Amino acid sequence: MALPTMLPIQSRRRFLRRTACGLGGIALSQLLADTSSKATAKGLSVRPSHFKPRAKNVIFIFMSGAPSQYDLFLPRPEMQRLHRQPVPESFLRNLDDALIKGSAQVFASPRTFSKHGECGMDFSDYLPHLATCADDLCMLRAVHTDVSNHHPAQLVMNCGVPLFGYPSMGSWVTYGLGSEANDLPGYVVLLSNSGEGVDGGSSLWNNGFLPSEYRAVNFRSNGDPILHLTTPKGISSGMQRSRLDAIRKLNEIRFQDTGDHEIESRIASYELAYRMQASAPNLVDLSNETRATHELYGLDQEATKWFGSNCLLARRMVERGVRFVQLYHSTWDDHSNLNTKLKTNCDMTDLPAAGLIRDLKQRGLLDETLVIWGGEFGRTPMNEVRRGNTPGKEGRDHHPFAYTMLLAGGGIKGGQIVGETDELGYHPTKDAIHVHDLQATILHCLGLDHEQLTFRHQGRDFRLTDVGGSVAEQLLV
Amino acid sequence: MIFAVSVNCLGVSAQSPHWAYRPIHFPGVPDTDHRAINNNAIDQFVVSRLEQDGLAISSPTDRETLIRRVTLDLIGLPPTPDEVQDFVDDIRPDAYQRVVDRLLASPHYGEHWARPWLDLCHYADTDGYLTDQTRPVAWRYRAWLVDALNAGMSFDQFTIEQLAGDLLPDATTNQKLATGFLRQTLSNREGGADPEEFRVKQVIDRTSMVGEVWMGLTVGCARCHDHKYDEISQKEFYQLYAFLDAADEINIDAPLADEQESYESALPEYHRKRRALIVPLAQEIDALQRRWEDKLRSARNNPGREWFWDRQWELVGLVWGGGLGEGQLEGWQILRLDPAKRSRLQKDRLLDYFLPKADTVDAEKAKQLKLSELNAELKKLRGALPKVTRAATMMETQTPQTTFVHLAGDFRDRGEDVMAATPSILPPLDVERRDRLSLARWLVSPNHPLTARVAVNRMWQQFFGQGIVATAGDFGTRGSLPTHPKLLDWLAAEFIRSGWDVKAMQRLIVTSSTYRQSTLSGPHNDSSLVRQVPLRLSAEQIRDSVLQVSGLWDSRLGGPSVKPSQPDSVSEQGYGNSWETSKGGDQYRRGLYTWVQRTSPFAMHITFDAPNPNHICTHRERSNTSLQALTLLNDPVFHQAAKALARRLGKQVNTDDQQRIRQVFRWCLSRDPSRDELAVLNHLLQQLRDDSQVTGPVAENDLDGSSLDEDPAWVVLCSVLFNLHEFVTRN
Repeated sequence: MALPTMLPIQSRRRFLRRTACGLGGIALSQLLADTSSKATAKGLSVRPSHFKPRAKNVIFIFMSGAPSQYDLFLPRPEMQRLHRQPVPESFLRNLDDALIKGSAQVFASPRTFSKHGECGMDFSDYLPHLATCADDLCMLRAVHTDVSNHHPAQLVMNCGVPLFGYPSMGSWVTYGLGSEANDLPGYVVLLSNSGEGVDGGSSLWNNGFLPSEYRAVNFRSNGDPILHLTTPKGISSGMQRSRLDAIRKLNEIRFQDTGDHEIESRIASYELAYRMQASAPNLVDLSNETRATHELYGLDQEATKWFGSNCLLARRMVERGVRFVQLYHSTWDDHSNLNTKLKTNCDMTDLPAAGLIRDLKQRGLLDETLVIWGGEFGRTPMNEVRRGNTPGKEGRDHHPFAYTMLLAGGGIKGGQIVGETDELGYHPTKDAIHVHDLQATILHCLGLDHEQLTFRHQGRDFRLTDVGGSVAEQLLV
Repeated sequence: MIFAVSVNCLGVSAQSPHWAYRPIHFPGVPDTDHRAINNNAIDQFVVSRLEQDGLAISSPTDRETLIRRVTLDLIGLPPTPDEVQDFVDDIRPDAYQRVVDRLLASPHYGEHWARPWLDLCHYADTDGYLTDQTRPVAWRYRAWLVDALNAGMSFDQFTIEQLAGDLLPDATTNQKLATGFLRQTLSNREGGADPEEFRVKQVIDRTSMVGEVWMGLTVGCARCHDHKYDEISQKEFYQLYAFLDAADEINIDAPLADEQESYESALPEYHRKRRALIVPLAQEIDALQRRWEDKLRSARNNPGREWFWDRQWELVGLVWGGGLGEGQLEGWQILRLDPAKRSRLQKDRLLDYFLPKADTVDAEKAKQLKLSELNAELKKLRGALPKVTRAATMMETQTPQTTFVHLAGDFRDRGEDVMAATPSILPPLDVERRDRLSLARWLVSPNHPLTARVAVNRMWQQFFGQGIVATAGDFGTRGSLPTHPKLLDWLAAEFIRSGWDVKAMQRLIVTSSTYRQSTLSGPHNDSSLVRQVPLRLSAEQIRDSVLQVSGLWDSRLGGPSVKPSQPDSVSEQGYGNSWETSKGGDQYRRGLYTWVQRTSPFAMHITFDAPNPNHICTHRERSNTSLQALTLLNDPVFHQAAKALARRLGKQVNTDDQQRIRQVFRWCLSRDPSRDELAVLNHLLQQLRDDSQVTGPVAENDLDGSSLDEDPAWVVLCSVLFNLHEFVTRN
């Protein structure tokens, strides 16, 4: 697919000539107050999808570090029988993985499971709130990936390959569709306040070889929501207006003198920056949400406050046309003390994630918003072998062969479980979904054909799904 | 084979290989009608092409723009107002040549040209991946690079030292340091990572660098299968890989000038004392260590039997030298060596690793021998040694293994065994010895068709925004064709003829009329070279310019990386990263010296398109985004610079507003303001004064803690100048 075309240069030039004539031209502040002004960066203008989309926006709740499917979604009675026994040889045959050690023993989940919704979806007692959304959720139980280390696997989930330098999913989506947000970025990343950052860091929301306007903008949980959004102390709003007006006028004079079109883009970038300065504080100001909404997302509770704010922000962003919102929560990497640590993460995220789905639904937004919940891989049915197996402090290792993810809304059929695994949940036995299939399906929901959404780089047409992926039709409405 | 198909599709027969693989010959320099403006051969090639299209080269740019352009292009900083004035006033015919010579001799030249080279090897101060541990001595390679560039090291020597400095006869410490080029690959120290898997990734990365940086070949594409478009088979990739597969990471003592004497004079005494401590227990320690090594080796050979020893073996490969930027596999390499073949240094290092773990093999014995006390004493002894700075380098492996094709790119899937060899489409490597040194020499042999073309093309890209081959990292069949093939060949041939003289080549380019054209006129067909092209400055140039103009700049050269102030929220996005802001002048060093944390790189740099530090970058983007606007408007560093500039202006003798506006305008943009521009700035000043009577002065603590009390009107006016498109652009 071709890159978006340039702005209609002629009309903009005329416009600039008009406003620049005489120094008493329209002040920038007035110009910017005009919300009909669509001077967004050229690459982010809205573009048609390949076919009729089911979803407009995506909210990807990325559970970084790999949550344990055995303790949240996948009851396996067979594991109770084999508890503390070696894994039967049949499961280990043909396996060649750095993390799977033959000496490991099966570790049955200490959790209790029950069935929820009309569909009877299994959830452990750690996820009481998501469980109430069962009939809106599509549970994928046989997702598999290519690698079993965090950063590489996070790259596979986000960028399609375990290598650096490739665009992330949100970059592909905004490259394909542009953004409907006039005063906000099209692709936003929010990090959770677990104090641990994300394993892969910024490489996970990079634009790779796509132009940098498709890189995610981080909404920061500390300080300015967007880096350097706040005018420095001591500069009043009046001074700020004068400053922006002078920058625009001087840039316009320069444009008149040189005809350098990059100056037009520079002027447009200042206009969007100004609009972001005006709208982002409004976006992050949650005080005008009702008390019921605050409670729905858990903003009234210490444990859920942070993740809840991010979830609520995600809803407010998609309402404002932000195309792709990704929430990162880390880390679920429970090699030891799984029982305790898993509970902490669930306590922080379960209520808000469920609140988000319910809120989107009650506002009629769930149909057009695809919500994704999951990490880069799953965890082993065995206990961790590298750090001992003190009873009560067990953990699980990385498991890339079959794990669980959740989808909701955006053209996905809720109330179904797709994918089956063997009695230890070790390997898929039916409806396995590779990460590339998931990516193809996500793009499909957005009206994009994953084989057509390409970018030429180093002489080759690259795509998110590398050379694989097919749409998992059974997930769709 | 796949490449055969693609060659046929493209209609290229074996007799006429792809243009870039053909030998380089000096093409005849074309005759043109416009001798007057032809400064050198470059212009004759360019003008003759333009004449064919009925076009003419643009007029030369004005002197202010020219000195700003060439200063930014050669040393990365704007000229000072005095430098501009001197050049404008200099009527000697060689005035411009003098400027160029001055800039090429500036110590800041190497700082500027180091940056694109660091993009190629993706330099960083951390390991990358999950734990992203620090590499506190990574800067040693950067310092070598700046020095080599400043000294005008010829490109062939530059190549040989970086790829194989350690293999040169009687290699100096400096030559070994150069191999730090190959140490910019990532290290994965995450528990559970298979170190062999990530070592393979490093070797692939190094092989890709050799391919892309010297030959413009995307050889990395052939790691899983034969190259789809270029004539490189998967086997040939692994033959090239074999050169680098035989290299191991090794950190060495590389004393700085002021460390050398005290360190070296203290060493004999240190070794004597160390021996004295160990000798009484030597036999028993040896016996214990042998048991420990046997346990580890048995775990390596039979994983899954004893998880404790599996873990111990794994740990050696993960934690060795962590946080110090040491080669993570050095421990494994020593353990693989027959003890009789270990050097004294290797024995010492392994013993130092083993002693605190002696209790894992026999706690009773370790206690009886008081090994923890011995360990503490040895540690104290090491601590008392005068400081020596180490450096990350490469060495030829002592435990060679056969290299093989990784079927479908999977290192566990063993294909055919291969020996080191160069791709068959290129001139043969006709020496018996197949090591990195012969590879490096082969790359810079005069009959290599790619190296010189690729190198001059990258230089051209720095001066014109785009190379003669637009795809600077891909000279293969899918890359762009050269817009001026004869010019490219002439430059490449001239580069080789000059003895690979980098500065001479750059002098040739910047003294051409083609380079000195105006950016202002002409149609928008930049590749015809009918005009110069305005280029947005790099992230580092923008920050450096602001620091220099404001007077905040700390111009010291070299040394360890620094951490200028940035919001906490930046480092918080990486796992466990922290960012302790440097003190004093280190906050205001050139961007080159800013610490590069792979998982959360310096935000201002990323906003202005500094590349992802995990990946080769042959061409930086120049985007134009609203995050850049927010940074220039509001980043506390830029605000502080505006205050410093206002303060600098306040110290000028002349207190007349008009004069001051002209002055600060010249400082920032190297030219006088037009009448319209003056009017805008005057109007701004009035507005701000009216406004600031209400708000009062901009009084707040500076980043360095000192308080500034500047006239807010002037602070804002200075900030306006930093925000102009022209300020962040080289015209």
